[in-house]
Amino acid sequence: MSTQPHDVEQLIKREYKYGFSTDIDQEILPPGLNEDVIRAISAKKGEPEFMLNWRLEAYRHWLTMKEPSWAHVHYPKIDYQAVSYYAAPKSKEDAPKSLDEVDPKLLETYEKLGIPLHERARLAGVAVDAVFDSVSVTTTFKEKLGEAGVIFCSFSEAVHNHPELVQKYLGTVVPAGDNYFAALNAAVFSDGSFVYIPKGVRCPMELSTYFRINAMDTGQFERTLIIAEEGSHVSYLEGCTAPQRDRNQLHAAVVELIALDDAEIKYSTVQNWYPGDEEGKGGIYNFVTKRGECRGRNSKISWTQVEAGSAITWKYPSCILLGDNSVGEFYSVAVGNNMQQIDSGTKMIHVGKNTHSTIISKGISAGRANNAYRGLVKVTGGADGARNYTQCDSLLLGDRCGAHTYPYIEVKNPSAQVEHEATTSKIGDDQIFYLKQRGISEEDAVNMIVNGFCKEVFGELPMEFAVEAQALLAVSLEGAVG
Amino acid sequence: MSANALSQHYAEQVQHLQQSLPGSLPDWLAGRRDGAARRFADAGFPDPRMEEWKYTNVRPIATKPFGEAPVDTGVSAADVSALGFQGLDAYRMVFVNGRLRTDLSDLNGLPDGATVQGLGDAISHDPAPLEPILGTLAHDRFSSFTALNMAFMNDGALVRLARNVRLDRPVHLLMIGTAGNAASWSHPRILIHAGEGAEATVIEHYADIAGAQGFTNTVTELRAEAGAQVRHYLLQDHADGAYHVGSVFIQQRRDSRVISHNVNLGGRLVRHDLNVDLTEPGAEIVLDGLFLAGGRQHVDTHTRVHHSSPNTTSRERYRGIGQGHGRGVFKGRVLVERGAQKTDAQQHSANLLLSPNAEIDTKPELEIYADDVKCAHGATVGQLDTTSLYYLRSRGIGEQEAREMLVFAFADEVLERMDLPPVRESIEARLAARLPGGQAFETGA
Repeated sequence: MSTQPHDVEQLIKREYKYGFSTDIDQEILPPGLNEDVIRAISAKKGEPEFMLNWRLEAYRHWLTMKEPSWAHVHYPKIDYQAVSYYAAPKSKEDAPKSLDEVDPKLLETYEKLGIPLHERARLAGVAVDAVFDSVSVTTTFKEKLGEAGVIFCSFSEAVHNHPELVQKYLGTVVPAGDNYFAALNAAVFSDGSFVYIPKGVRCPMELSTYFRINAMDTGQFERTLIIAEEGSHVSYLEGCTAPQRDRNQLHAAVVELIALDDAEIKYSTVQNWYPGDEEGKGGIYNFVTKRGECRGRNSKISWTQVEAGSAITWKYPSCILLGDNSVGEFYSVAVGNNMQQIDSGTKMIHVGKNTHSTIISKGISAGRANNAYRGLVKVTGGADGARNYTQCDSLLLGDRCGAHTYPYIEVKNPSAQVEHEATTSKIGDDQIFYLKQRGISEEDAVNMIVNGFCKEVFGELPMEFAVEAQALLAVSLEGAVG
Repeated sequence: MSANALSQHYAEQVQHLQQSLPGSLPDWLAGRRDGAARRFADAGFPDPRMEEWKYTNVRPIATKPFGEAPVDTGVSAADVSALGFQGLDAYRMVFVNGRLRTDLSDLNGLPDGATVQGLGDAISHDPAPLEPILGTLAHDRFSSFTALNMAFMNDGALVRLARNVRLDRPVHLLMIGTAGNAASWSHPRILIHAGEGAEATVIEHYADIAGAQGFTNTVTELRAEAGAQVRHYLLQDHADGAYHVGSVFIQQRRDSRVISHNVNLGGRLVRHDLNVDLTEPGAEIVLDGLFLAGGRQHVDTHTRVHHSSPNTTSRERYRGIGQGHGRGVFKGRVLVERGAQKTDAQQHSANLLLSPNAEIDTKPELEIYADDVKCAHGATVGQLDTTSLYYLRSRGIGEQEAREMLVFAFADEVLERMDLPPVRESIEARLAARLPGGQAFETGA
């Protein structure tokens, strides 16, 4: 952490670091949504019949649904006919066989983002799948993962190379008609990542996907599916950025996780979509459905998220604890500054016996942002010995922001133990005084305190990303103090 | 009854009501009643798709063609003393099926500046002073039940204290239900207005003759002026077949203090809404609550504390017990408005779930728009602490007895804070009687 004095005025005006756009040849479908668009997307990807039917069914169901309005967020009505549902870098037409064939401009983009696609990837020891607008651009370390039997590829490739796995698991955790945005995603999703860890395999490296929206007026609808077979283990990280535009863009992703007996999935997100300017102009609407199912005994799913970007965040990574002794975890830091709106939290559904869940949520609000934690802990009648612990803390920086907590607790089993605690506070003047007295600037003092506030969550992130997350937090809150 | 037939029924009820009202009803009141009747006709009963009614389905109420409860002259002084509190020295008003019975009431010795009066009486003789309070805290828009009460209320109690008047004894409002016919309703309205620096204790108490199964829909409006201190007991001990919806609206001015004790023991389907607005600095509210949901009971309590001014304090402690096939619901909302700095809000919901067929749903909410505040909430759902159980067992106390002791102790922590020993002891005895020694505890193990 730098200890140089900052010019607050300058910091406030500091721009979104990832706001550049890349000028490359793109193939974009004209805006609009109908069955022909869906057929076109499916045809472009050369999908088998079952995929097209699944998409069309989702689309027809979506038409009957209403956009949800219960979240503590406000935005003008989205015109779904004004969005383009497919944008792909042209060079994809003759699919690159290796990194060398990838459009150098794209590589440059990822360089700017700090995504090590090349040699640096090896040093970082992370396999990366990069998704640019609608399509997956490249996946690194394929061979090495292949040796271990791990499948890590773009969703499109999975549909071609492993259709039996896709057909078996797709939509089994988040059904096509689950909710408004999930149904939309099912109809038009263009790519995403697919991970399959075979029985007994401990994935030899961290897996990572980087999402980037580049084109204007497009929506990004990716879909991630992770299957951890019996006794396997995987740690997966996704990151996201978008260029700075003064129009809102829609991102409606779906993530499905399946953990079988004794398997463990650790899913981490660093979300840094463009949040809009300080007046709330532009920015990404991040409407995401993430859900994991602990199907097997002793399985474990752990969500860690650092939510720093997006104009609006609407996401509730959830765990359905079906298997006996299964464990669900949710660690979250959500930061809102300026006009950002966040309604996020988790659902822990206890079905199996002796299932445990932990929820640690840290919300930070600054500027005129509103930050809501919304969570459900449900213990069904058969979930003997279920246990949940929830801690939600909110930190308010400034008197024009809001911090809200809406926890739903539903218990039907008399042997369950459910605890929820929440606090709301601001940074104490005495804390700032103490640090300033030791020669630390106010800005840095606030950063330190905020980092301390989030420590429990950062501790859950893979090390490289914990460092990145801390830096991101500092950038997000710049200008919030002073 | 079909929805159509039912709306026809209510239209007739409203018409019938308008014909039966005294001709002297002042315009403002006639207007408010009329507006409420129309609002109810438009909105109908709430359904579980509405967030505020997510856990409580009022179908059992909404599908019955209710009408006014019959006049019952059968209730005697002996019934009153059996249902009341032994040894409580109080000003007493007794209502039977929502109608004041002056013959059973005792208001002798009220100090100067204190008005304790039947609301029906006040409306017919001197309605003007009611205008600034009746229907001003409880908006028809709040819920269909509030509108329904405004449209159909014809009696209740008025407690009004002039500046610096201190009531030496509590006011005991004993509401007795006798209607064995499930389609009888009553809509009592309680108005409490404590002037500057005034002090009072008001006990709103619902109890039934065994077998009663009517529907009581009450609205209470309580305004505490600057420096006033009010204790409000809301004790619901209906017969097991009764329906009860109670909506309480409390508005507090500078440095006033209100303590609310809300105990729910009886009833088949019970819903309470307690709404508190702390409108000026220094106002403080204490919300203490206990609910017991056993048998086939459904007991729902919603509280909303609105910190709309700086330097206001709230303390909320609710406890719930689910046993048998009961379902207990608690939702507590704390709203801190922009600018309400130095708010100090604490809220806690603790629940015991003792049976595999019972359910507890709890939702403590914080909505905060000011930064210099201290707000915390907590909620737990669980069973008896095994360490405490072990401790008692190791001292030679039988398992069942030890469990009973612990359940009672859990509930009694709320009752202990009551300042009227005769009320506390009586409620404790009624609570103990409703904690069936045997089956609930065994299955809860």
